[in-house]
Amino acid sequence: MKCRRCREPAVIEVRRHNAGFCRDCFVRHCAEQVRRAIEQFDMLRDGERVLVAVSGGKDSLGLWHLLRELGYDADGLYIGLGIGDYSDRSGAHARAFAQSHGLTLVEIDIRDTYGFDIPGGSRAAKRAPCSACGLSKRHLFNQAAIDGGYDVVATGHNLDDEAAVLFGNVLRWDTGFLGRQHPVLPAAPGFVRKVKPLIRLGERELAAYCVLQGIDYIVEECPMAAGNRHLGYKEALNEIEERSPGSKAAFVFGFLEHAHARFAPDAAEEREDLRPCASCGAPTPGDVCAFCRMRARAVPS
Amino acid sequence: MKVVLRNPKRELDVPAPRNVGELLRHLDVVPESVLVIRNDTLATHDESLADTDVIEIRPVVSGGAR
Repeated sequence: MKCRRCREPAVIEVRRHNAGFCRDCFVRHCAEQVRRAIEQFDMLRDGERVLVAVSGGKDSLGLWHLLRELGYDADGLYIGLGIGDYSDRSGAHARAFAQSHGLTLVEIDIRDTYGFDIPGGSRAAKRAPCSACGLSKRHLFNQAAIDGGYDVVATGHNLDDEAAVLFGNVLRWDTGFLGRQHPVLPAAPGFVRKVKPLIRLGERELAAYCVLQGIDYIVEECPMAAGNRHLGYKEALNEIEERSPGSKAAFVFGFLEHAHARFAPDAAEEREDLRPCASCGAPTPGDVCAFCRMRARAVPS
Repeated sequence: MKVVLRNPKRELDVPAPRNVGELLRHLDVVPESVLVIRNDTLATHDESLADTDVIEIRPVVSGGAR
């Protein structure tokens, strides 16, 4: 197989684009896709300080690398979730990347700071581990960005993540989530802007980018994620993609072009009803936010 | 040839198929869900294989809270 751009031997094929790429052309392709996503959805502006949510995995480290390559002022934030050896190893990958690239990594250890970890919070709040983890990360990324004076949080959600989440939201016709499913969540009182610059890249492309750039990410999957619903959706979508390349991109970008606006009022309505959490001040629909409720159950006073 | 699989990490010894695409079919792996790495470099699906090759099949699908 030859590179579509320069006709040198290809190292990866991307069936969605019906193309093969050599190393250098593939690295350029990834940077172009991120630049196009940022421009298309007006994600970042000149001079803004970006906080990248870093897990030590391929998507977040690839994103951080790509944003720096594109010239953005981007620091990283790693949250120690207390998921046994997995957290120790993922943190080591994030720290090693930051150190080898001369970047600033902010760290929060949830157990040291809040007195509980994700397995404990999950049990105490009777939430699935991935739900407890997602809730904590959204809360802490937003708070850390506000505290650190950052303009925007960038997350490593890629095309596959967005397709799987959209698939789940459509299966349940969750109109509030469908209204919030967008590559940019604008800033609002108590919220910094959140952006997903990897939306034009699949996770296979991100893994290949890391391998080709020598980025040492954690390959192992989180032990608490095994068998979750999101992974099942990805498996189903990859089967469809195999038979019909381009399906995932058509699904996500078709939704954004033709359907998102129909659900946006539902999400806006939910945001209007928010008020400050009585415990931490973060926006919440109730008196106390879900993170503080989980913490109160996990760490009774 | 030696094939290294991940999550959990394990190794298989299999006779070399004609190319990478055939290896994935033989192992019943969806190509969209993995990278194939030969001798530390990426391999496309049409690349020929030899019995002396060491191939890593690295999953790319991650899940959980994002």
